[in-house]
Amino acid sequence: MRSTRTLAAAAAAALLSFALPASARDLTITSWGGAYQAAQRELYFGPFQKETGIKLVEDTWDGGIGVLRTKAQGTPVWDVVQVETDELVLGCEEGILEPLDWAALGGKDKFLPAAVHECGVGAIVWATVLAYDGNKFPNGGPSSWADFFDTQKFPGKRALRKGPRQALEFATMAQGVPPAKVYEALRAPGGVDKAFAKLDSIKKDLIFWEAGAQPPQLLASGEVVMTSAYNGRITAANRQDKRNFKIAWNAGFVYQIDSWVILKNSPKKAEAFKLVHYLTRPENQAKLPAIIPYGPTHVDGGKLVPAEYAVEIPSSPQNLPHGVFFDAAFWVENVEKLTERFNAWAVQK
Amino acid sequence: MTAGLATAALDLRRALRRTERRKTLGGLALALPLTAFLLVFFLLPILGMLGKAVENHELGTAMPRSAEVLRSWRGLGPPPEEVVAIVATELKEAHARRQSALVAQRLNREQAGWRNLILSTARRLPEAPNGTWLRTLVELDPAWGEPAIWAGLRRAAQPWTDIFLLAAVDLTRDDHDSIVKVPEEQAIYLDILGRTFWISGLVTLFCLILGYPLAYLLASLPERWANPLLILVLLPFWTSLLVRTAAWIVLLQREGVINDFLVRAGLLAEPVALVFNRTGVLVAMTHVLLPFMVLPLYSVMRGIPLSLTRAALSLGATPFAAFRRVYLPLSMPGVAAGCLLVFILALGYYITPALVGGAADQMISYFVAFFTLQTANWGMAAALATLLLLATLLLYWVYARLVGIDRLRLG
Repeated sequence: MRSTRTLAAAAAAALLSFALPASARDLTITSWGGAYQAAQRELYFGPFQKETGIKLVEDTWDGGIGVLRTKAQGTPVWDVVQVETDELVLGCEEGILEPLDWAALGGKDKFLPAAVHECGVGAIVWATVLAYDGNKFPNGGPSSWADFFDTQKFPGKRALRKGPRQALEFATMAQGVPPAKVYEALRAPGGVDKAFAKLDSIKKDLIFWEAGAQPPQLLASGEVVMTSAYNGRITAANRQDKRNFKIAWNAGFVYQIDSWVILKNSPKKAEAFKLVHYLTRPENQAKLPAIIPYGPTHVDGGKLVPAEYAVEIPSSPQNLPHGVFFDAAFWVENVEKLTERFNAWAVQK
Repeated sequence: MTAGLATAALDLRRALRRTERRKTLGGLALALPLTAFLLVFFLLPILGMLGKAVENHELGTAMPRSAEVLRSWRGLGPPPEEVVAIVATELKEAHARRQSALVAQRLNREQAGWRNLILSTARRLPEAPNGTWLRTLVELDPAWGEPAIWAGLRRAAQPWTDIFLLAAVDLTRDDHDSIVKVPEEQAIYLDILGRTFWISGLVTLFCLILGYPLAYLLASLPERWANPLLILVLLPFWTSLLVRTAAWIVLLQREGVINDFLVRAGLLAEPVALVFNRTGVLVAMTHVLLPFMVLPLYSVMRGIPLSLTRAALSLGATPFAAFRRVYLPLSMPGVAAGCLLVFILALGYYITPALVGGAADQMISYFVAFFTLQTANWGMAAALATLLLLATLLLYWVYARLVGIDRLRLG
């Protein structure tokens, strides 16, 4: 009997130790891991600790509003998190994020309009682009999304990110719609149907990727002749693995802004805000493209990026006119319906 | 004398029974940690999952009075004004508390698009009605005049819901709350369940075809040869699943080792697609699961005396007849156990098809992960998991009836 009780007590203690977070903890920042977070550590997290004397611990995640909801319950175990646009919009609406003090950040007009939100400030500008292996196309590669969908002119398999996001945008651009008009076309009656029909026209030559590391691998192995990809991964493959991958910026691309947010009821709110402020200083933002070509969201930060790196970031003056900003309102509203439709379309041969 | 003997016998029996009982209790006490472990980390999570599939608390939490009146309201179309008034005022209150998003998210699972209807209405609702509350709502969005949204709200007001379980078998509820089929283009889950079973069945078959001769070879070799070979079978066990799957991508891809060899040998004019399709899934899953077939087969075959087959041969049976009528029946418990093991493991496969399969080769676990991680639709994830669990249990039951569970031998 005694042993049972001891056991029960031990089990309860073990469970409690899972359930209860450490009451006194250090300021915690959560980003996207890998080479990207390594760059952030070197450029931001280390210097921030040195400058302010505030101890900072790191965590990583792969996104997902569900994860954010869990982490924000009760006293949150994270303080500052880098989120994608839809998590920002949903999280703010649901009240799990702290509104930011924009005056202290330098004012809303100091940032790209899309980097300004009640609950978040832009961290980086990144893009999903059309990429191909320059060595496979000595006579010039694809230069438009119409080329991507033209299996006569460019035979071979192609890859897109799994899911309706960006796929529908690119399928719309392939019909000759300029990037700036893409969401207008998708919102128009029949716009989504046309995009799906376009995707359907090359279905047997399409494969889908999920992790950002896959597209460079698919290109390198020759599995596909062209693919959609995160721009940073393509440049990283060129710099680190000496590849000759090309990005067809002129074909049109979808760019997005990741944001820094602070979880509601963070016990370290003041320090967290100090960190967000540090991360979004223009001179700090301008350091990133030398390592990974993701662009600054601070207007002055954009001007500080050295010219040799500026050409590789989505928000550079020569690239930006070809891009369209990811329409979070469209996607927050439609993502479930369109994902359902995309899945139903994709799973049938 | 006899009475004394009888008492002694009775005493002895009692003492024996006491010892027996103590032994049983001791055994139970020893099994207690395992029982507690299974209860806490296995049974409770499964029950929790089943609960999540029917959980329906959002509206009740954010708008408790509305949930109550909607539950008792019957009929089609917009409800009476007093119900509408409670819903409208409470929606406004919920919005001020930042809880309207919870309601919006729940309603969006009834019909995509209702998220925006709820949120934009909540944002713009006035303090006082313009005439009636219904008129006020319809002015904000004509959808409030339709029966659909009210039927949806009523479904969301119930303490439990079956819409996720229905959706998992391609069914839904209409405005009258009767169960109907979902539109053709949305009906995918029964197909996917069928595909999950079909792929698992094929993998089991391939494992059996490859594993049976291998196990036979291992069992008939002398021990000093069999052991090193067995280690080769076990070797994949000690390698991460992810590594093995990634290795298959390298081997099977368009410019991979296998295609290269076949093209250079002149057997193929052009590389064929071996990966990111069904072929890749079947090859990789068969490889990963093969040890689970070989081990039970081997342990059963080791126990079959070779003299029995020899006896059959000496009595005039052809080698095939000796195999079919003597060896095969004796090895059946191993076959049954291996097939069951491989099949059930294959049913839950997620990583391998996700990495080496195409979009049309994903199995049901993929969608469970999808709903959990990407859309945070736990109801749907739990419903699909429940469907898989029930289908597996049913199949197990049929299998047990056909093969006989006492004939399974795992080693």
